[in-house]
Amino acid sequence: MDFRLTEDQRALRKGVRELLARLFGREALRAAVDAPSPSLDRELWRELGAAGFFALRLPEEEGGVGLGLPEAVLAFEEAGRCLVPGPLVATHVAAGAVPGAAEGSTVVTEVDEGLVPWLDEADVVLGDVAGAAPMRSVDPLTPLHRVPGLVGTTGVPDTADVLPATGVAVLLTAAEQVGSAAATTEMAVRYAREREQFGQVIGGFQAVKHLCAGMLVRVELARAAVWAASVTADPVEIAGAKLLADEAATGNARDCLQVYGGMGFTWEADVHLHLKRAWVRAGLRLPAARAEEVVAAGL
Amino acid sequence: MDLAHSEEEEEFRARLREWLAAVLPTLPARPDPLDWPARRAYDCGWQRRLYDAGYADVHWDASPTQRLIFLEETELAGAPYVGANFVGLLHAGPTIAAEGTAGQRDRWLPGILRGDEVWCQGFSEPEAGSDLASLRTRAVRDGDAYVVSGQKIWTSHAEVADWCELLVRTDPTASKHRGISWLAMPMDAPGVTVRPLRTLAGSTEFAEMFLDEVRIPVGNRVGEENDGWRVTMVTLSFERGTAFVGEVVACRRLLGELARTARRNGTWDDPVLRRRLGRLSAEFQALWRLTQANVSEAQATGGVPGAGGSVFKLHYSHARQELYEAAAAVLGPDALDLGRDWTLDRLSSLSYTIAAGTSQIQRNIVAERILGLPKGR
Repeated sequence: MDFRLTEDQRALRKGVRELLARLFGREALRAAVDAPSPSLDRELWRELGAAGFFALRLPEEEGGVGLGLPEAVLAFEEAGRCLVPGPLVATHVAAGAVPGAAEGSTVVTEVDEGLVPWLDEADVVLGDVAGAAPMRSVDPLTPLHRVPGLVGTTGVPDTADVLPATGVAVLLTAAEQVGSAAATTEMAVRYAREREQFGQVIGGFQAVKHLCAGMLVRVELARAAVWAASVTADPVEIAGAKLLADEAATGNARDCLQVYGGMGFTWEADVHLHLKRAWVRAGLRLPAARAEEVVAAGL
Repeated sequence: MDLAHSEEEEEFRARLREWLAAVLPTLPARPDPLDWPARRAYDCGWQRRLYDAGYADVHWDASPTQRLIFLEETELAGAPYVGANFVGLLHAGPTIAAEGTAGQRDRWLPGILRGDEVWCQGFSEPEAGSDLASLRTRAVRDGDAYVVSGQKIWTSHAEVADWCELLVRTDPTASKHRGISWLAMPMDAPGVTVRPLRTLAGSTEFAEMFLDEVRIPVGNRVGEENDGWRVTMVTLSFERGTAFVGEVVACRRLLGELARTARRNGTWDDPVLRRRLGRLSAEFQALWRLTQANVSEAQATGGVPGAGGSVFKLHYSHARQELYEAAAAVLGPDALDLGRDWTLDRLSSLSYTIAAGTSQIQRNIVAERILGLPKGR
């Protein structure tokens, strides 16, 4: 047993991080936020496709990269870290089944929890979208439609409800949450080391330090859960990982906002973008109430 | 990322499982949890069985992965936990193994492994709890001995211990982290007085210890004179890094037990409670994975767990307290019955966020050593 990343996995993570920094750095993020209405950057999508982002888990004989779920998790962690917009998970999961998804020439989205992200911009929509109505999405970079009568189900679900294909989507969403949680932790720590108040950097104050330490604990716990679930692909472990990753992403964005103080409440700081995306992801792909039920059913 | 075990490790697991199945039914009944002399005898008897079967050194000589398997299997089988041997096996032993001379290893390690000698921890003082470096117990060199005077407190198992891992100030003029040394003190030395303290659970598992001109041979010093702080950090990283590993497995077992009780007594039908147990289960599963991550890291970097142990301890200690709160909700009136293990354990769990460095101290460690935030108030 060795839980650490292999050499190849470390190289992959580094490669994806560099690719995304080039394709969707901070300037691109802010430009996308300031655009009059969110539009999906087709060029970005094709470049991601060309780099193998969507075809990562397809076998090589089908034109894919031939890697596994752990590698996909690392790639999606990086996407979550820099807030790449678009239905990345749905397109990735559709690769091999929907023509053009693997190459990034087809944008695929999906009905999930009574919501459809990026409905107007997608080429292929999986699920029944009859009567879908646009809403003003809380996340400026994730347009949402609401599908009537499809509000998340309640009650005790069968563990089998989390089918393998759904499980992959849940896990990759959790991986994005981990990336975002790690990013807000780094943002908070960087800010705490620079910002001075009362004649010293605020990172020297125990109250601020303890917020930051709590953020790291959430990231580490969620990451261990997500990485392990990517190896076991166990539905209960995946549900637990999503639960902890949602908590890490939303909790850390809030704490990051607190460390930023008044600056954190501004549109100008990126903190709110992480928080809003984290909220959206937490509301999609097995939200907390059902994730808790799935894990409980496994007891 | 590889969670699979090697063939050799799986063989180790199978052998251990077979041995446990054979030996556990022959164990005597567990003693009263409040009777420490009886608990010492029971715990040492179990340690001796492990020694005779070749499993005793699993805590520090076996590979970290083998240790994980050992803890997983013994816990799943419901075998006794280290108990009174906690300090010897998980603190003093690994520290002596890592920092002691060959002679010191020969003198102390076999006694710990065979369950012949029980150790206690003389770190905390009335004025120096989590601020350990403020300790004042002083040791003055007199020929080939240190003459030690002072007071220790919260000394677990002191009443039944043979040896104490003792931190003393050997240079009062040095800065507070610099003048400390680590000594092995025999508990029967003249001048040692132990006064048991009663915990809020009613147990006397820890004590105050008064040291009045106790003579300790210089040869009992582990590490260099005045280098005790560094040696202590080794001890504490063992404590925070790996000492709780078995307890995570125990918590996963307890949670399963709790779910079965809830299904029997109808509380499982309460969705709020059911979801609470689901969340706890996800947390303990993740803590188990985090343990595997920490152990993998320690294995790759030479065996001593790093500050990652603090990350683990922080979440674990709170999650375990939550577990007992959830248990109380499932048990209803039974949660108020001191005759139930659950109730005693719930009371004991209140120490988890204090012992081995409070949660507040752990957060400082995480913030300063991992995140690189400045030291300060």
